[in-house]
Amino acid sequence: MSIILLFLAAIVAVVFAWLWRHGILAKPWLEVGVAGGYPVTDPSAARVAKVALGVFLAVIGSLFALTVSAYLMRASLGDWQAVRTPGILWVNTGVLALSSLALETARLAARRGDMAGVRAGVLAGGATAMLFLVGQLIAWRQLNAEGYYLASNPANAFFYLITALHGVHVLGGLAGLGRVTWRMEQGAGVARLRLGVDLCAIYWHALLLIWLVLLGLLTNWVGDFVAICRQLLT
Amino acid sequence: MVDVTHGGPTSGASTGVAPGFEIGELDLYHPKSWVTKYVFSQDAKVIAIQYGLTAMAIGLVALVLSWLMRMQLAFPGLLPFIDADHYYQFITMHGMIMVVYLLTALFLGGFGNYLIPLMLGARDMMFPYLNMLSYWIYLLAVLVLAAGFFVPGGPTGAGWTLYPPQAILGNTPGHQWGIIVMLVSLMLFIIGFTMGGLNYVVTVLQGRTRGMTLMRMPLTIWGIFTATVMALLAFPALFVGAVMMLFDRLLGTSFFMPAIVEMGEQTAYGGGSPILFQHLFWFFGHPEVYIVALPAFGIVSDLISTHARKNIFGYRMMVWAIVGIGALSFVVWAHHMYVSGMNPGFGFFFATTTLIIAIPTALKVYNWVLTLWRGDIHFTLPMLFALGFIVTFLNGGLTGLFLGNVVVDVPLSDTMFVVAHFHMVMGVAPILVIFGAIYHWYPKITGRMLDTTLGKIHFWVTFLGAYLIFFPMHYLGLLGVPRRYFEMGETAFVPPSAATLNVFITITALVVGAAQMLFLFNLAWSLRHGREAGGNPWRATTLEWQTPETPPAHGNWGAERPTVYRWAYDYSVPGAAEDFLPQNQPGPDPVVPGHAIAEGAR
Repeated sequence: MSIILLFLAAIVAVVFAWLWRHGILAKPWLEVGVAGGYPVTDPSAARVAKVALGVFLAVIGSLFALTVSAYLMRASLGDWQAVRTPGILWVNTGVLALSSLALETARLAARRGDMAGVRAGVLAGGATAMLFLVGQLIAWRQLNAEGYYLASNPANAFFYLITALHGVHVLGGLAGLGRVTWRMEQGAGVARLRLGVDLCAIYWHALLLIWLVLLGLLTNWVGDFVAICRQLLT
Repeated sequence: MVDVTHGGPTSGASTGVAPGFEIGELDLYHPKSWVTKYVFSQDAKVIAIQYGLTAMAIGLVALVLSWLMRMQLAFPGLLPFIDADHYYQFITMHGMIMVVYLLTALFLGGFGNYLIPLMLGARDMMFPYLNMLSYWIYLLAVLVLAAGFFVPGGPTGAGWTLYPPQAILGNTPGHQWGIIVMLVSLMLFIIGFTMGGLNYVVTVLQGRTRGMTLMRMPLTIWGIFTATVMALLAFPALFVGAVMMLFDRLLGTSFFMPAIVEMGEQTAYGGGSPILFQHLFWFFGHPEVYIVALPAFGIVSDLISTHARKNIFGYRMMVWAIVGIGALSFVVWAHHMYVSGMNPGFGFFFATTTLIIAIPTALKVYNWVLTLWRGDIHFTLPMLFALGFIVTFLNGGLTGLFLGNVVVDVPLSDTMFVVAHFHMVMGVAPILVIFGAIYHWYPKITGRMLDTTLGKIHFWVTFLGAYLIFFPMHYLGLLGVPRRYFEMGETAFVPPSAATLNVFITITALVVGAAQMLFLFNLAWSLRHGREAGGNPWRATTLEWQTPETPPAHGNWGAERPTVYRWAYDYSVPGAAEDFLPQNQPGPDPVVPGHAIAEGAR
């Protein structure tokens, strides 16, 4: 469970820094008036949505940190037989990175007010994300064909579970991106699309980051890294 | 006293009154029909009531199940339909309903929804539509859970901890459909909660009205806020565990299922780790104790301060303790697993963290007592329940010190002592707070007071009854009476007097359960016949009592949101027109040193 504890330690650090900034040491019983000096809440739609996305990403982070913890805990037992990593995963990783990049270009274009750039970025981001999912399905088929069945052993089950969990989150992102695309097709201007594109881009970057960690896990790099850390600590 | 009003256009330093609210407003959805106003409502107040009523309805099922279990323990065979399978199913459903579907839902979905916007001066939650979805998914989760009673084989009887491999194996009641229904229901609950939880957190972060700094938030909000953050981070553990177990059950994977013989035959499972499930479950399960306790801590702080007419003692310490407990509660989970065969070194670590968490918890108890010290204590119903909570939580917490130590826990593990401990600390104690909170805020929700006589009967029967039930249960545990046993049969080390005690406990439980009907009657009767409450019957300082209308209208605040000038605990203020100063009241003149400091704050 060390991974989830590290993740939570990071969350705790962020929370305490935030509390500090908001005057956790204040003595409110001695203060009267409209308190100044502390950050003011900003209920604008953009700010609220970004904060909400940040909190949601923390929840997703917790979900994946727990899954990774469970994986490492099980993998540390003697009878672990790792799955052969299908080569297509590397291609899929590149495709997801392209997807993330496309949405970043859409985000930058939205800031510039460049509608054509937004359209190109959003459509490319959506298409590559779908391609990533197709690639993941191909990876499953390859493994299945090679006899790495879901129920054969725990390592296989973890492989399918982890990729499925990540895929479901990509699908969720595609639903959000679909909404942005629909609005775009209805003729919404850049100003109305900016927030949606911004949120999708942030979400995509987070999913890419999570996928890179998961890929490291499935290719056993994370396991090796954790083993080295353990050895150093003991 | 310091005037913290700063210059600039928002300042009210010269007059003490701030000008109007100038920052952005939430776009409210205005219902156009009865259905969108009361059924598919996006108003947090209506959603809160929906959460509350649903939680109480499913809670009544849990109450009946507890009666049936107690009947079996005291009078084995008297109710012939209770066989071993049913007994285990009743245990499982009672536990899961109480912990997740009642306590968590009522504190966060119920009180969270009602109080967060009102206490912070917001018009509503930040995402009203998502908030509505949260409730309907919760309702769906409850219905799916209840459907367990009607599926072939009935609900799961694996115990509320759902430990594998037992939960999946053929001899466990409900292994056909019950376990599937339970896991799906939990997953739905978590999805629904995440939608609500995001709302609560973002509303606290971004929805506070002007002047409502973090350190001016009432402790109720601190408790609900911290508990929500914890739940958002802890529930994924249960979610992952549920998904993995569902895979094991439906797809034949072996996340948790080891190679095992079932009814004389080798199963297809192999290589799974049951301990892995325990880690995931308790990584959720222990924070869950505080997810329930922290809102209770916050609420009880506000009840005590209001009804003792005294500012809360050590507000800052109380806030730090809430946050500290929240953080620490993530590193104590394995104290539930001392007998699981884990590394004894871990036992030492988790015993230490468990004892450390007692420090901020004890600090809160001291501060409640010191708030009461020389306070103008009014023995109103909310105060009675708050006092009942302090004593009960203290009792439950003290037995927790026993169980937190490995060497003491091992012999007491899986005995009635454990049952008594957790019922006191996270069953009776938070439920007393729920009652206190309902008696306190019912006048705001409905505009009418609950009947005091009925309430006092309810309190004394519940409070004394709970002790008559659970104190003897500790003794049964010390005798070695195990938990989760359908019947004891002839057991040499358990004296016959234990059976007599069981009869006594059961009769008391039936009476205490019946007293809850009195409470429900009071809720319904007072809705029409209760005394008119007025806007602020408790003369409380927090914003929810300062709304222009009672019950608060859609949008809560009329034309303009309130501005906050002070903390939430200015009671017994010398020189004030009344003995309290609401948070949105600018005066008295803050430039007179010491003029407006509440009694005890100096």
